[in-house]
Amino acid sequence: MTTADTAAAPRARGPLALARRVVLYVVLAAAALLILVPFLWMVSASLKRNNDVFTIPIQWIPQDFQWGNFTEIWTRVPLATYLGNTVYLSLVITFLQVLTGSFAAYGFAKVRFRGRDTLFMLYIATIAVPWQAYMIPQYIMMQKAELTDTFWSLILLQAFGAFGVFLMRQYYLTIPDELCEAARVDGLSEYGIWARIMLPLSKPALASLALLTFVNTWNDYMGPFIYLTSNDLWTIQLGLRSFVGQYDADYAMMMTGSVLSVLPIMIIFLLGQRHFIQGVASSGMKG
Amino acid sequence: MADLLTATPATTSAAPSPRARDRRRARRNTLIGWSFILPNFLGFVVLTLVPVLAAFALSFMEWDSYNPPEWVGLDNFTRLLNDESTKIALRNTAFYALGHVPLTMLAALGLALLLNRKIAGVGFFRAAAFFPYITSMVAVAIVWNMLFNPEFGPVNQFLQFVGVDSPPGWTTSTTWAMPAVILTSVWRDMGYYMVLFLAGLQAIPVEQYEAAKVDGASTWQRFRAVTLPGLRPVTFLVLVLLTVQSFKVFDLIVVMTDGGPGRATLVLSQQIYRRGIIEGEFGYASAISLVLFLLVLVFTLVQFWFNNRQERR
Repeated sequence: MTTADTAAAPRARGPLALARRVVLYVVLAAAALLILVPFLWMVSASLKRNNDVFTIPIQWIPQDFQWGNFTEIWTRVPLATYLGNTVYLSLVITFLQVLTGSFAAYGFAKVRFRGRDTLFMLYIATIAVPWQAYMIPQYIMMQKAELTDTFWSLILLQAFGAFGVFLMRQYYLTIPDELCEAARVDGLSEYGIWARIMLPLSKPALASLALLTFVNTWNDYMGPFIYLTSNDLWTIQLGLRSFVGQYDADYAMMMTGSVLSVLPIMIIFLLGQRHFIQGVASSGMKG
Repeated sequence: MADLLTATPATTSAAPSPRARDRRRARRNTLIGWSFILPNFLGFVVLTLVPVLAAFALSFMEWDSYNPPEWVGLDNFTRLLNDESTKIALRNTAFYALGHVPLTMLAALGLALLLNRKIAGVGFFRAAAFFPYITSMVAVAIVWNMLFNPEFGPVNQFLQFVGVDSPPGWTTSTTWAMPAVILTSVWRDMGYYMVLFLAGLQAIPVEQYEAAKVDGASTWQRFRAVTLPGLRPVTFLVLVLLTVQSFKVFDLIVVMTDGGPGRATLVLSQQIYRRGIIEGEFGYASAISLVLFLLVLVFTLVQFWFNNRQERR
């Protein structure tokens, strides 16, 4: 990584440089705190008694920790069902997206055939069309197929997205064609090249796609909001949203639910943040 | 195998003519190519491409869930022009975009400039800035709603602390609800665009900075002469992405204000949802969709045009 600052001439040492460095860190710490304050407040509120959530002045550290909020919430709402549904949907959709996306991307990036680029343009063009613009026809189709209020509707709508194809193709284009040629000479079929050469080589891109898809599906609100009406099919986001209505004044519970819905994503993010950032950078940049 | 054969001139009499072989290979490649694309392509065509095309057709039809569809020409669009709530939704969406796009862009660029250096712990700061983006809109909306609580919320407590006597009512006020939504969305989205700006900054050749330094350019001059022009392609991309994203806003509004108070934060995608899916007015809702799509398209094209003109200078 070569950045403007690191490449600058050898840094002047001495008190001035040190002072600048200190100021920089103070600014960075202030910015980070400002960005993270809503999360800190959320966690703090989730550990309070409801009456203590809005005290003046704010209590950042709860007077007595209500760890019980985190056990009580499971009995108040079917949180386990919501979480189970969300995990199931996120896993299935991610698996299909990565599988069909990387498979199609190989065809678009490494097999030369007539009409290929026109087809790919179709994919690109629809990425630019906002989902809101065609959600009505999709809804009618799902309704006619009697798939509304089933997981099928969401799986079908989200598993074949153009995004996965696009992201994987970008990565495959960076893998030299000579590698595929060599494999062909060695007698490997195209499917063999995809499975035995491209997939292992594209692990970072696969991880990016999988993580982004998983998190998007986990966090999706609009899809489940439109398609899932039965309470026992709800995802964590719908469940969380229903809190606002049901426990309008139970702020501590609302925050406990929020913490529980963010926690899995936070863990996944901490484990794979490099891939998230890589995925965002490559899917946005090379567009 | 086929490639090996073409590399060496055909010597045996049994070998087919090169052109026939090329044709056969092309046909084989077409089959292979399609076989790779097909699983995704089928889903894509049925579930995306067909609905996109259907949305166009539907906007010229009257169709509710009970009666068969009927071609009505531009009726839906004349209705749209006289529908107060659609007009309000359009205006609110524009308001949201006008706030969200420039503020997010500035915040993202600022963060990127701040975090584009090799210092200890920079990874942590970048991750912290990015983290809001991967938290769900629902959690974000619920937390910020509480932060913006007019009476006891930390935001207003802070404002009172710094001397604002009567701080805004935020989501309970028709004037301040949209600014509250915009602030929340800027906080959530800036990390994402920061990553794009960071990638853009790192693509600027270090030599340009060194040359400018040799020429005696100050930090500000280097920023003006090297950084900004170098970032142009990314800035343009971010502008397009942000505008498109703004026009689509839905989740945040639904959870934070549900379009209220009154219709103060009602936006286009919500109007499409209400008219189409709640009220079953498929044709009319599709007409609003088409307007949304055309807006996105026009803005994208204008930005492309602007970018091309700048580039030719």
